[in-house]
Amino acid sequence: MSKKREFISGDEAVAIGVKLSRPHVIAAYPITPQTITVERLSEMVERGELNAEYMHVESEHSAISAAMGASAVGARTFTASSSQGLLYMTEGLHYASGGRFPVVMMNANRSVALPWSIYGDQRDSLSLLDSGWIQVYVEDAQEALDMMIQAFRIAEHPDVLTPMMVNLDGFILTHTYEIVEIPEQSQVDAFLPPFQTPNKMCFDNPKNMGFSSQPNDNTEFKYQQNLAVLNAVKVLEQADTDFAAMFGRKYNGMVDEYQSADAEVLLVTLGSVTGTVRDVVDEMRAEGHKVGVIKIRYMRPFPEEQLQNLTAGAKAIGVLEKDISFGYEGTVYTNVNSALAKVGNTVPKLNFVGGLGGRDVSKADIRNMFLKLQRVAAGEAYKTVDFFNLNVETNE
Amino acid sequence: MSRPVKQNFIRPTHIEGFPVGPQFTAGHLADTNAGWRTFRPVVNHDTCIYCLRCYLVCPDGTIFKDNGKIAVDYDYCKGCGVCAHECPKNAIEMVKEQL
Repeated sequence: MSKKREFISGDEAVAIGVKLSRPHVIAAYPITPQTITVERLSEMVERGELNAEYMHVESEHSAISAAMGASAVGARTFTASSSQGLLYMTEGLHYASGGRFPVVMMNANRSVALPWSIYGDQRDSLSLLDSGWIQVYVEDAQEALDMMIQAFRIAEHPDVLTPMMVNLDGFILTHTYEIVEIPEQSQVDAFLPPFQTPNKMCFDNPKNMGFSSQPNDNTEFKYQQNLAVLNAVKVLEQADTDFAAMFGRKYNGMVDEYQSADAEVLLVTLGSVTGTVRDVVDEMRAEGHKVGVIKIRYMRPFPEEQLQNLTAGAKAIGVLEKDISFGYEGTVYTNVNSALAKVGNTVPKLNFVGGLGGRDVSKADIRNMFLKLQRVAAGEAYKTVDFFNLNVETNE
Repeated sequence: MSRPVKQNFIRPTHIEGFPVGPQFTAGHLADTNAGWRTFRPVVNHDTCIYCLRCYLVCPDGTIFKDNGKIAVDYDYCKGCGVCAHECPKNAIEMVKEQL
């Protein structure tokens, strides 16, 4: 059977992935660079290609609230946002995860004001790691489409029942075009079971939903939420395996890696920059440098054990991220460093911070990171946080 | 005019016994809630015409029929007095609670 392929943007790939997942309700407010996704979805509903209720809400706060309400009557629900819009949803994000409403969201990673910027970095979603949502970061448009389908399956699984955020880099992925394979509807239907939840408003089994808790119960609910996100590990790995069997594309669950097995220095990445790093690895390998890359896919749950194993042979490790937690270090670095500290991995670990507000992370930048890691592995002194490619002189 | 009444709540001893999130069977009242009432509504059954306006306006759903007569569930009545105010026959009197 010949496979259907289309030349589409990342935003359009997300819209098609969502459509194939047959959501009952979509509630979203447009924001650059997510807009095309929700425009396409509203067009699909308008044309009758997608049998869903598209709610034109007046804000992101309303979008997540409406999505939660729809989920509470047993509907499969989708929302999408970015940056300021995502942050405007913040209250609802905690509400949805605490209420165990498995809403699926696409987030177009974008810088956070001030200074105002519509361009990409990952400071929006990384600042929300504690909101209780499962977070996955994709590398290209195909992975974006595929992860929308997987996200519904993971989030809605009875052992998980936790909302999930699929993150893709603003503009770099949302507005660039790729050839993307479009799965068959019948196969998606076979992969994705209908949504069923114990948390459903219905006349046959009326429930008091979203109640308060006293100090003697609250910790137990939070323990349960933590368990649910940990349960997602097995569920997402199974989804990855089943997806590969049905569609022929495997993403290796929590983390992916390239040339890491014998690598002396490693870069740990998140999102679309991984593609550029793979190319630099190829170029430097051809010159005899033993370099490799580990791509974190899931920030929550966090691939602690996988990172511990994959980095065991490296002499220096760099975490490349489009984020900084002011006054300390990048959030990805903090998480990676914590995982490696638990197994006593004391090799130098550097934090390359950059690509903020849409600045390009070039092959030359990445080559410099690998070369620096090599020098540090050989004994050169280093500072943990390295704002690479600054356009000005500093006092450091 | 069925209404939820206080039931015994058995606290789960294992986390798997907890509801998935803060959701539970509706109307399972685990405790009473009337402690701040200052005046209690008392129905005069001789003047009551069973129009049920009190039932409709009670914000806490505490009005019910007891052997065919209008009654108030004092486990949950807060003493707001809306029933007495709205009664077309003045058949409900607000009587000060004796402490």
